[in-house]
Amino acid sequence: MAQFTLPKNSQYTEGKAWPKPSGKNVTAFRIYRWNPDDGAKPRIDTYYVDRDDCGPMVLDALIWIKNKVDSTLTFRRSCREGICGSCAMNIMGQNTLACTLGIDECNGDTVKIYPLPHMPVLKDLVPDLTNFFAQHAAVEPWLHTETPQPEKEWRQSPEERSKLDGLYECILCACCSTSCPSYWWNGDKFLGPAALLQAYRWLIDSRDESTGERLDALHDPFKLYRCHTIMNCTNACPKGLNPAKAIAEIKKMMVERVV
Amino acid sequence: MAQGTNGNAYKVIDHTFDVVVVGAGGAGLRATVGCSQAGLRTACISKVFPTRSHTVAAQGGISASLGNMGPDDWRWHMYDTVKGSDWLGDQDAIEYLCRNAPAAVYELEHWGVPFSRTEEGKIYQRPFGGMTTDYGKGTAQRTCAAADRTGHAILHTLYGEALRNQTNFFIEYFALDLMMNDEGRCVGVVALDMTTGEIHRFRAHMTILATGGYGRAYFSATSAHTCTGDGNAMVLRAGLPLQDMEFVQFHPTGIYGAGCLITEGARGEGGYLTNSEGERFMERYAPSAKDLASRDVVSRAMTMEIRGGRGVGKNKDHIYLHLDHLDPKILHERLPGISESAKIFAGVDVTKEPIPVLPTVHYNMGGIPTNYHGEVLTLKDGNPDTVVPGLMALGEAACVSVHGANRLGSNSLIDLVVFGRAAGLRCAEIMTPNEKHSDVPKGADELALSRLDKFRYANGSTPTAELRLEMQKTMQNNCAVFRTGEVLAEGKELIHKVWNASADIKVTDRSLIWNTDLMETLEFDNLIGQAVVTMEGALNRQESRGAHAREDFPDRDDKTWMKHTLSWLDDTSHKATLDYRPVHTYTMSNEIQYIEPKARVY
Repeated sequence: MAQFTLPKNSQYTEGKAWPKPSGKNVTAFRIYRWNPDDGAKPRIDTYYVDRDDCGPMVLDALIWIKNKVDSTLTFRRSCREGICGSCAMNIMGQNTLACTLGIDECNGDTVKIYPLPHMPVLKDLVPDLTNFFAQHAAVEPWLHTETPQPEKEWRQSPEERSKLDGLYECILCACCSTSCPSYWWNGDKFLGPAALLQAYRWLIDSRDESTGERLDALHDPFKLYRCHTIMNCTNACPKGLNPAKAIAEIKKMMVERVV
Repeated sequence: MAQGTNGNAYKVIDHTFDVVVVGAGGAGLRATVGCSQAGLRTACISKVFPTRSHTVAAQGGISASLGNMGPDDWRWHMYDTVKGSDWLGDQDAIEYLCRNAPAAVYELEHWGVPFSRTEEGKIYQRPFGGMTTDYGKGTAQRTCAAADRTGHAILHTLYGEALRNQTNFFIEYFALDLMMNDEGRCVGVVALDMTTGEIHRFRAHMTILATGGYGRAYFSATSAHTCTGDGNAMVLRAGLPLQDMEFVQFHPTGIYGAGCLITEGARGEGGYLTNSEGERFMERYAPSAKDLASRDVVSRAMTMEIRGGRGVGKNKDHIYLHLDHLDPKILHERLPGISESAKIFAGVDVTKEPIPVLPTVHYNMGGIPTNYHGEVLTLKDGNPDTVVPGLMALGEAACVSVHGANRLGSNSLIDLVVFGRAAGLRCAEIMTPNEKHSDVPKGADELALSRLDKFRYANGSTPTAELRLEMQKTMQNNCAVFRTGEVLAEGKELIHKVWNASADIKVTDRSLIWNTDLMETLEFDNLIGQAVVTMEGALNRQESRGAHAREDFPDRDDKTWMKHTLSWLDDTSHKATLDYRPVHTYTMSNEIQYIEPKARVY
């Protein structure tokens, strides 16, 4: 049987149970903690949130904990309305945004929160997304044109524009890529669903003039073809986008240009 | 290594650039691109990843007189903006904004912004509050939109453009303080790398602050948690003034409870407000523009209705926004984002029910005074237009002033790109790439380091969150839509009390890597200074103009008050000092004459 040596800090321990407030409407939160400064293993802390004193979303609960119980709890957050992509995390086993997920939508009496899976952790719920963003940059997410620019706008019909719907809305939260088993194994070489969704967004833009070069850049055993249509990406997307379909469309374009 | 006040050593890393931009929202990124294209070595530092900046949350659109939907003229846009500003805007700057708006929008389109389209394939433009044709006679369709996610579309495109230009990004770096030399020149900025806990000193011939607004000084704001006006606060600590801080815009339609924004574009597409009697009350307050009157006007009308007992809901404390009469196809195509927000945050299906809304803090007209090149100004030796060398400010952080006492919807996104572009042009004009840097003045980073160290080890008894809540409630209660001298005087006392109490602040996390307890404390410290000058400016200004509505002084008083408030703050004595700058009552060119003040009726 194969023997695995688990890396340091890969096993978490039982952490602190924080005091329970006296209210009648209290929900338990089990949250992953890891501090790079203290040398200790990761742990799971238990917090109790007084729901009568707290907003309805999971992010509200995290902020309530940070404000009232434990100010060292660390997570990213900004817009709190599902458009900035900061507060992506794994809640009840699903990658999603803490700000748009209601506490009541988390079935079970305990809400379990971990950082996005398979990413290096910087602290608590904050993953290192450097590689993820580098992959997004690698698809050259800007308009490529050769034709001299018109004085006014490039013309684009409403039909051509509608092809960008379901693509341009991506908020780069990384919920999709970090839910993808292929990305877990080959995250260094496989671009992952988020970057590929963006690649397709520029491929299909009627104004873009480097379709061939963009496809060339993806023609590689890993960048695109490590997608095995597992569909976790589409299930995870908190914006209801469909990266799996976008990837399938790129594969189709690859085939079509050969035949 | 540098010593903290209590002997702790911080690792310090030095960088030299021609330009350092602080902030990676629309203005910061546009300036970064411009400076990079001019061949200047440019760094952009940001406390959040660029596409997380609050520009991403702008919904309705970006104004420019493209004339895609009917006749339009930049002069009409200028007239609307002057009137919207209640004549506190500087008309030379407003002319610069409106003239350059179309070129700035075409540029964004050329970079790839996925604007919605007309049947002819042109950029789609929608009606917006206060935007008219022919100097107030008709309704303009001037606001260029990418559905209701225009800010997101623009910010992501600008980020791509910055990547194309190989920008030196320093992401998740928290800017602490400016470095100033003895002659009053800004020579760079000190920042903390949140990932490593190391201190970075960025030396630059030009430092550009594009750090956004400070909406989080209030309890209920559409602003993101990160909107803490860090650049404004750095300017105050550098002994420079902020301008017109009393002018805080309340957006009429924040979702009741959650505070999330519902775009004015919802009314632009035909939505309307009703009170508990089902009345479309805006017809009474603004017979001509109705629901598309300026934001300050609509927010006041809503507040009057609620005060008059005609609010909706169990506590009669909010108003309904109706979209249920609109074609679901239009809602799906043009307002998909807010349809989703209404579902998530109010549990409302917009095709069937109205959205519960309330005026919510949204935008700061005030900020760092600049000219229309983006150069920071101060009042010195009697000259109110003295340029502070080495320092620029842009976007919501700046007060150019194009928005005066009240900003029109969709004029903020255009402000970002027009003045972001202007800053790049100015840098190209006045700077030579790779000029030699003088030595860092001795002690230039002392302010930043001692402040960081002080808060990191703050061991009082009041947690930051408690003080922040006190501040937010004070601002919300005492410096709101309607103001009176009495309430403001009480507010001044209360907000100073919070500031004084912050001597007893408690920070629990002593680490340096991703210490958000410390970040939030630094942000609170940034906010409280701005809250103080906002309250004091509001108490001082004895008139009603734009967003500043004094019930004890209900009229605009051009004779005494057509002037910008300047406010300085002394961190040690906790004293604010107020003075004034004249409003620029002249235009930039001869192609339009100064627009004389008159009564502001919609």
